[in-house]
Parts: sequence; C-alpha cells; structure tokens
Amino acid sequence: MAVTPAPAPPTSAARTSTPPPPQRRSFRDLRGKLDVKLSPYLYISPFFIVFAVVGLFPLAYTAFVSVHEWHLIGGQGEFVGLGNFIDVIQQPTFATALRNTFSIFLLSSVPQVIAAIIIAAVLDANLRARTFWRMGVLLPYVVMPVAAALIFSRLFADDAGLVNTLLGGIGIDPIRWHADVIPSHVAIATMVNFRWTGYNALIFLAAMQAIPRDLYEAAVLDGASRVRQFLSITVPMLRPTIIFVVITSTIGGLQIFDEPRMFDQFGRGGSDKQWMTVTLFLYDLGWGAQKSFGRAAAVAWLLFLIIVVIGLLNFALTRRIASAGTALETKKRRRPGARSNGGAR
Amino acid sequence: MSVSVPMIRQTAGPAAARAAGRKRGIGGPNRRPGWVSYTLLGLVIALSFYPIYYSFLLASSDSATIAQNPVPSLIPGPHFFDNIGRVVGADIKFWEAVGNSVIVSVVTAASVVFFSTLAGFAFARLHFRGRRQLLVFIIATMAVPAQLGVVPLFIVMSKLEWTGKLIGVIVPGMVTAFGVFWMTQYLESALPHELIEAARVDGCSMMQTFWHVAAPAARPAAAMLALFTFVSSWTNFFWPFIVLGSSNPTLPVALQLLQASYFKDYALIMAGVVIATVPLLVLFVVAGRHLVSGIMQGAVKG
Repeated sequence: MAVTPAPAPPTSAARTSTPPPPQRRSFRDLRGKLDVKLSPYLYISPFFIVFAVVGLFPLAYTAFVSVHEWHLIGGQGEFVGLGNFIDVIQQPTFATALRNTFSIFLLSSVPQVIAAIIIAAVLDANLRARTFWRMGVLLPYVVMPVAAALIFSRLFADDAGLVNTLLGGIGIDPIRWHADVIPSHVAIATMVNFRWTGYNALIFLAAMQAIPRDLYEAAVLDGASRVRQFLSITVPMLRPTIIFVVITSTIGGLQIFDEPRMFDQFGRGGSDKQWMTVTLFLYDLGWGAQKSFGRAAAVAWLLFLIIVVIGLLNFALTRRIASAGTALETKKRRRPGARSNGGAR
Repeated sequence: MSVSVPMIRQTAGPAAARAAGRKRGIGGPNRRPGWVSYTLLGLVIALSFYPIYYSFLLASSDSATIAQNPVPSLIPGPHFFDNIGRVVGADIKFWEAVGNSVIVSVVTAASVVFFSTLAGFAFARLHFRGRRQLLVFIIATMAVPAQLGVVPLFIVMSKLEWTGKLIGVIVPGMVTAFGVFWMTQYLESALPHELIEAARVDGCSMMQTFWHVAAPAARPAAAMLALFTFVSSWTNFFWPFIVLGSSNPTLPVALQLLQASYFKDYALIMAGVVIATVPLLVLFVVAGRHLVSGIMQGAVKG
C-alpha cells in the first residue's frame, strides 16, 4: 500500500519520525500484497468450484459412464465400449424422441419469436399505462412450467376440454390433443409459448428502443408505410437480438422436459410415445423401468452433440440471413445520411 | 418535400406534431397508438391471464361441475377452501413442499447474489492476470447444456448421501454464470474507480472495500438478480424431481405427485396449482416492474 509522504504538522512530526519496527512493517506489507494479489482469485473461485463440480465434471464423467454397464443401484459394471450408444440408437424410441423434440421445438420457437417481435412492435409506442401493458405480457413468466402443463393439459383435454368445445362452437371436429402426434406437440408448444412469448417480447422491445429514431423519420420522408418501416428497419436492426433469442431458446428447447413430463399422469410420453422427448427418454432410461445409467449417459452425450451441431448451424444460418439484412440496412442508412446533409432538420 | 415531425413540433406545437406523426405513421415512442394497438395488447393480456384464472376457477369448483362444463363459468365456485384443505390433507407432504420451496429459493437467491457480486466486483474493478480470459470462459459456460450432466451429478449426490435432501438442490445452484456476468456488467458502469482507491488509501482491506464500497453500489442490480434467481429456483422441476424424489419434495415435485395420485380430481390438482402459483403472483404484483426493467436492461447489455 502506498502511503503518501505528506508534510506533517510539526507536532506530529516527532511521533511519525520514529520508524516502526521493521519486521512488523514488512509483515503488513506482505499481507497487503497477498490481499491484493490473491483476493480477486478468491472472489471468483466459488463460480469455478461450483461449475467444476456440477457442470464440467459431470459432463466429462458422462462420457465415462456412457461406455460402461451402469445400474442405478448396482453402480458401475463392465466396460462395453460403444455398446450403450448402439443400443440406444437402435431403440425405435430414440428416433421418435428426436422427431418429437424437433417438432415441439420448431412449433414453440418459430411462432414465439414472430409473435414476440409483433408484440414488441405494438409495445414500442407512446402507450397510456405503459408499465401495465409491459407487466401484463410478462405475467405468465411467473407460472411454473409444471403448473402451466397441468393447466394446459386440461384446456387441451381430448374430450370435454375447453379448446375442443370452443372449436366445436365454430364447427371444427374435436381434435385428439393427447392421442395424436402433431396435436400433442401443438399443445405442448403452446405451454412453452405461453410462458416465454411475453418475456422475449420485452427483450425485443428493449432492442427496438435502441434503434436510432431518425432512421424512421427518414423512412417516413421517403414515404415508407408503417409495415415497410417495420420490415426494412426494425427487423434488420433487431438481428443480434434475434440471434441471441434463437440460440438461447435452442439450448433450452432441445432439452425440454417439464411440459411433456406433465402432459399426462404417467409421464412416459404418451401411449405411443407420441410426445416422448429426448430428455424424457433419458430420464426413462436412467430412472424409469430400465435403470440403466450407461444408456442414459449415452443419450445425454448424443443430445449434447446435437445441441452443439444445431447451435453452430443456427449461428451460420442467422449470420447468413444477417448479412442479407446488413445490405438492406446499409442501403437504408446511407439515405438518411444524404438527406440530413440537405438540412431537413 | 414534406416536413419532419420535430420541425412541426417547433413551429406548430406538440399537438400538431402528434397529429402529423399519426397521419404519416411514424414508428417509435412518439407514435400515439390507436385502438388497434390497445385491442391487440388487450387480447395478449387476456390470453396470458385466462389460463391462470382458469386454474382458480377449477380449484373453486368440484368434479361434477367440472365434468359438466368444459368452459367454466367466469364466476368462481364455492369450494375453493375445501379443495385447498384437501390438498394440504392429501398424503403428499404439500405443506412441507411449500416450506422446502421457500427455503431452497431464498437460500439459492441469497447465495447467487452474494457470490456473483463478489465475482462481479473482482472482474469489474480488480486487476489480476487472466481476468479477460476467465470472464470470457464464464460467459461461454452459459451455452453449456449442464442439464445433460444429470447422470454423474446424481451419482455424486448419492455418494455424498445428498439425495432426498434440500442441500442436493441448493449446492448446484449456488452461483451462476449469468449472475457473475450480470453483476460484472453492472459494476463496470456503476462503481467508480476513485471510490475504491479512496477506500484502499484509507486502509481498507480488499474484503472491507467490497463490503463498504462495492456491495452498496451493487444493490439495484443485486435486487434484480435476487428476483430472477428466486423465480427460476421456485419454478425449477427437472433436477429437484430427480434428486429429491417423493420423500422431500419442493412444490413442482409435489404437483407432479399430486397429478400422479389424483389425476381424475381436477379441482384438487388445480388447488395445488393455485398454491404453487400465488406466492410468485404476489411477488409479481409487488416487484413486477423490476422484473420488466431487469429483462429489458439485460437485453440491451447482453
């Protein structure tokens, strides 16, 4: 620690001039130095310890478990190489689970992102009681997925459900929301959309408010309609946010568990596995009838790889769309520049 | 050539500018929305609210009424407290589940806030080798689907004999990458270097500096982090379901048990749903605006 040698008043000069015992001083220096050097590492260490124990180690150890016979209660058995992987991939349930997971994921993410952007665009205005509307769209966020699943599985009951009754009112035959494949996916995706659309709308709203307003003014001068402004300015400018939302919802969406688990009282993905997802399959292998941790771990690794691949694909794809958007955007941006030189303001 | 709205405002006043804005359909905060916007938002809010209210309607009804009316009357029935009583009296430890959820959520939120603020302070204001790289590493871990490590994590928990115990849920959630990132972001903008230097010159140790300077400055962001952590830990199902089992459930796990044993009794199940949802609804009424601004700030920075 640096002590600035300030000109001391004469009375205290006598006291301070006697140097402190050299040993104590160096000890304090050392302690101070250690404090400065080590404290930062000490402060960030909790994260790394927790992550190592509950994140990194389990993921790595999953690989080890996946190449062994491993029973929930019996523990580690023989080394079986890729046996578990082969076994799992050959189970028809795996393919079904993969199909269901992707189907539910698409049905929840695509409409959700579109709806969220539209809601955000409506919120991005000089509304009366602005906070009320914003809080209103966020309300479902505090409903736990398990509760939402219980509510919606009742709303989407196959007979005498509210949704089917309403559909009957407009002359549509009852849909078998639990018994059929795609309808069950729609019902489960609705639970996800219920909880997250408003949340994502607020993220998009924040991003929209960061868009420079003169872009819109310039577009108006060019005679762009409101829809045109939305498509040519708002959406391209939201690009990084869209990437962010899509990637986070991919990581979460492909691991979906709560909603399909609670869609009926058995939690095994339906009588024909019509809404069995990969994580549900993982649970069923490990803690269900088979109690095979080896196979569950193999599924975990397969899903991990799928998420990584989809994540990279996503990134490449959105970048591609993004760069198309950039071209549009720079074109737009150049125009207001030219205009403002003309002194419209 | 037409004139811009700000120009109209200067020459003819804000009312004229608004009128012009409306006519030309300018986007953004100056736009006074029409009835279409309000209708749309009203619809969205109705769709957000109705399922929650629906659970209350069923929870205040009885099985016969529910079976007869797929679309329940908008006026609640008279059996709400009967049903709540039946949930609490069911052979699922529902009361304990409420207590467990409170303990887990409060402890997790407090722990995440403390450790994230500490780490955020170090990343935002202290100098040490590898600071950048370590922070990037932490942000990168947010993309790791850690849920997929459940199998070994469960093995570890069994070895520690933490299965069926709350500590098995609390410890894995003690500190999050998001929390560290969030607090770092906030402290970088909210904590002046000078304040820390002043504390150091006054002879504060690092820990004292944290406690007296950084922690007070971090308070607004810490409160938001506490809120979000509380909500996510209250609603968390997958891991508690695996590690706790039926012996010592949190609320989501108790709801699953309720559904498994009483799946025909919708009034009972929905009463359970109401018990599990009301605490967060109260929190939402009290602190919802902070949740809104938390999401919006996180979005701009993230």
